[in-house]
Amino acid sequence: MTTLDLVLFLPLIGFLLMLVIPKDLSRMAALTISLAVFAASLALLAPYWFAYPTGYTFETNISWINYPPIHYHVGLDGLSLWLVLLSTFLTPIAVVVSWKYIDHRVKEYFAFLILLEFGLIGVFISIDLFLFYVFWELALVPMYFLIGIWGHDRRIYATVKFFLYTMAGSVLMLGAIIYLYNQTGTFDYNVIRNLIASGHLALTSRAEMLLFLAFFIAFAVKVPLFPLHTWLPDAHVEAPTAGSVMLASVMLKMGTYGLLRLCVPLFPNAAHQSAPWVNALAITGIIFGALVALVQPNMKKLVAYSSVSHLGFVVLGIFSFTQQGLDGAVYIMLAHGIATGALFVLVGFLYERRHSLEISAYGGVATAAPNLAIVFSITTLASIGLPMLSNFVGEYLVLQGAAQANFNYAVAAALGVILSACYMLWLYQRIFFGKPSESVTHHVFDLTPREWAAILPLLALMFWMGSFSQTFMPAITTQNAVILQQMQQPSQPVVARAPRRAASTLVSPPSASQEAR
Amino acid sequence: MMPTTPEYMRFLPEMILTITGILIMFLEAVLPDGKKTIFAPLSILGLAAAMIAAATSDPGTAFHDMLIVDTFGTFFRVLVIGVGILAVFSSSEYLTRENTPGGEFYALLIFSVMGQCVMVTANELIMIFIGLEISSIASYILAGYLREDPRNNESALKYFLLGSFATGFLLYGVSWIYGITGVTNLELVRHAIETPGFDSFALAGVAAALIFVGLGFKISAAPFQVWAPDVYQGAPAPVSAFLSVGPKAAAFAILLRIFLTAFGPIADRWTPFVWSCALATMIVGNFAALKQTNIKRMLAYSSIAHAGYVLVAVTAHSDTGAAAAMFYLAAYALTNIGAFAVVTYFARKGEQYVSIDDFAGLSQRQPMMAAMMTIFLLSLIGVPLTGGFFGKFYIFKSALDANLYWLTILGLLNSAVAAYYYLHILVVMYMKEPGESSENLPPVGFGLKVAVYASALGTLILGIFPGLILDYASRTVLK
Repeated sequence: MTTLDLVLFLPLIGFLLMLVIPKDLSRMAALTISLAVFAASLALLAPYWFAYPTGYTFETNISWINYPPIHYHVGLDGLSLWLVLLSTFLTPIAVVVSWKYIDHRVKEYFAFLILLEFGLIGVFISIDLFLFYVFWELALVPMYFLIGIWGHDRRIYATVKFFLYTMAGSVLMLGAIIYLYNQTGTFDYNVIRNLIASGHLALTSRAEMLLFLAFFIAFAVKVPLFPLHTWLPDAHVEAPTAGSVMLASVMLKMGTYGLLRLCVPLFPNAAHQSAPWVNALAITGIIFGALVALVQPNMKKLVAYSSVSHLGFVVLGIFSFTQQGLDGAVYIMLAHGIATGALFVLVGFLYERRHSLEISAYGGVATAAPNLAIVFSITTLASIGLPMLSNFVGEYLVLQGAAQANFNYAVAAALGVILSACYMLWLYQRIFFGKPSESVTHHVFDLTPREWAAILPLLALMFWMGSFSQTFMPAITTQNAVILQQMQQPSQPVVARAPRRAASTLVSPPSASQEAR
Repeated sequence: MMPTTPEYMRFLPEMILTITGILIMFLEAVLPDGKKTIFAPLSILGLAAAMIAAATSDPGTAFHDMLIVDTFGTFFRVLVIGVGILAVFSSSEYLTRENTPGGEFYALLIFSVMGQCVMVTANELIMIFIGLEISSIASYILAGYLREDPRNNESALKYFLLGSFATGFLLYGVSWIYGITGVTNLELVRHAIETPGFDSFALAGVAAALIFVGLGFKISAAPFQVWAPDVYQGAPAPVSAFLSVGPKAAAFAILLRIFLTAFGPIADRWTPFVWSCALATMIVGNFAALKQTNIKRMLAYSSIAHAGYVLVAVTAHSDTGAAAAMFYLAAYALTNIGAFAVVTYFARKGEQYVSIDDFAGLSQRQPMMAAMMTIFLLSLIGVPLTGGFFGKFYIFKSALDANLYWLTILGLLNSAVAAYYYLHILVVMYMKEPGESSENLPPVGFGLKVAVYASALGTLILGIFPGLILDYASRTVLK
């Protein structure tokens, strides 16, 4: 049992515990559990603090189901490390944010939030493809309830749409996973990748493209990549604050993580072939998202479309297939998690005061709540990508990587950066400047200590990520270098870890019935 | 040659069930009204004894190879008896509630289970037919059990008329086989077809088609599915639960046995037909279910769709396909019995509340029942860590093994469509405010509690440790 197992299963134990404790304690329990998980997850940093291991750390590989051979195979690398930390860091914040906001069916709410953490961590650390799929679907269920029960007016439409989009995308991924299993006799990502890379599993280019697409669509829905993004604004607008935070900050990263971690390394040729149209979609998403954000009358919808735009950068970075592009993509994944998470938290604060998400309901908030205004302005600037703040590093690297791949990509994507300044600053201006109306002065008060507690860690990280990127970068760079190497050297020897029969029985599937005969 | 003791022992479960059934009918006549509460415990006892006998019976054949006890047969015998036990648990309160606490209900249920046991261990077409008739005739009566309720009458009449018509097809197919090969034993039929010089492939194909039509009715495969929604909607809820899993599992068992054993050599001829039936069944079931407002009717269409998934495994016509179908039917049986038990509980006297909208706010009035229903619905959708997920997984895996790419893709997309109507129930239970229908909910009685919790537990266990059943099912060899 490694620390990683502890980090994964603490939320599950916490969830079960929360089902039985009295209702009044559920807030405290959720906070305690999520903080404990976060504390435990900090221990995961240890191997990455002074060295940059290229393989997996905290690896556990035990059999879960004998036939077909499904393993509980989890491990951490430079990529998943930060995403796990992002999940464990944001969950306590989501709990604090929901402290007062949630006033009915409190116990179920916090239980679902903790269960969500379990699913998210599981997605980021699974090495067994089957296990990955299990967590992928599992994370869907608590979010479905979080939006559906505690959301706003059109919550049911939004949550069903969210579930169906993701489900429709992921069933094809399941088909592809089963196909890979039938060809190789294993679900282990490493083994399958090595078999493909070494040519032991010879996929025709058509088969590779179809498999790539099956994975790609599942992930693209989740990212969400234009034109599969339409579920996102609905889900965000209707979700409760903490739901939006977890959705934008962590769940969307499941998609980009999957692209970078599974889709691209498994099917490098198909990925290279698809790069032009994927990049075209990513750039369309960047500009389209920004333009639509510009005209939104609803704050949450604006932030949601800004996510479409930001995530376009991530996809562009990944499909530039350059070191800078990949590094930048991962960095945006983290920075977007912090900055957009903070934006949703702040929008939630405003909503709790004024009970409206319409931008026109505000104006002059800076007078009524100066501290809130300062915090919001820092977050806005971070989201725009101002140097010294978190998003800048990632956006710069992605643009650099995209320029290496094709200079036109960088030019087009840079437009998105400019547009992001437009819509965010305009949003800020409309909410905070001007003369406060009666209702604003009456309802909008400044940050409470609880709210400070939720937002301060996020602010600190924005500065930290913007100024000391070296804290995060080496582990990411090391891992991305491995991925790039895997992509560019299609021939590699099969590692010793491959099961004996994997290479020999590519055709006939092994079966327990044969043994019984 | 007289049958030997081991041969009788292989038939022990059926004998126990018959004796229990007859005993109940006898006691029904002689016991005073006050003592009639013993029928449910007595049925459970008989079924449990039969289950133990089935689980421990020696492999081998009996009565001149008319019966065969093998992994496949044992699996299904235990399954259908288990379904019977859960059905008794979920119906005991229902009968009290509807003021018909008669013993004949249990006796009929047990006879039906007995018929299914005969079906799944039959090694011979005539035995299959006999088992099917025993099971069906008892089921027809069960469907109309509340004889004063017009819905029950309609249900029973439809089930009976269409059911006997379909049985006719089956019997006609059997007679063709006998005409072509001169035998009715499945292995001998296979042998005859495989013998060099056999030239009646087209005729054997016709016989296979006739038999498929007969069984297609029993498993509610499209285009023979039209009866299912009306029957399930009209029949008493616990009976619908039973009909949607027990007879269906047994019918699938004989379908697999006949087509993989006897018609294995002419698989090329029947797979395209089953392929299109599987696809049509999934599509008809799922798309019709989208529109339903009555929960029993919706579950009926859903059960049609699930039959389509199992037909995908039949199309794969391999031992892995058979194992996948076995696992799926077990998972589906637990899930569906559980879901119907919640419906039974919620419908209350006279089945007043069977509209999906009536479930509004159930999660606030009866959180445990709603949570259990959630497990069942997630399993029907096929969300991981439930039995339904692994069932689908194994089925589509066996389909890909058999290179059925299009069927797999279309099946997977179908299961995404299905998510919509199952989610709708979750939406109503959790996200709508409670209305008049969920006021004054009675406490959940003991029998229903057992049925619901046992099914939910089983669904989760199959979802977390599927190996428990799959390892056993994988030993199946149908040749």
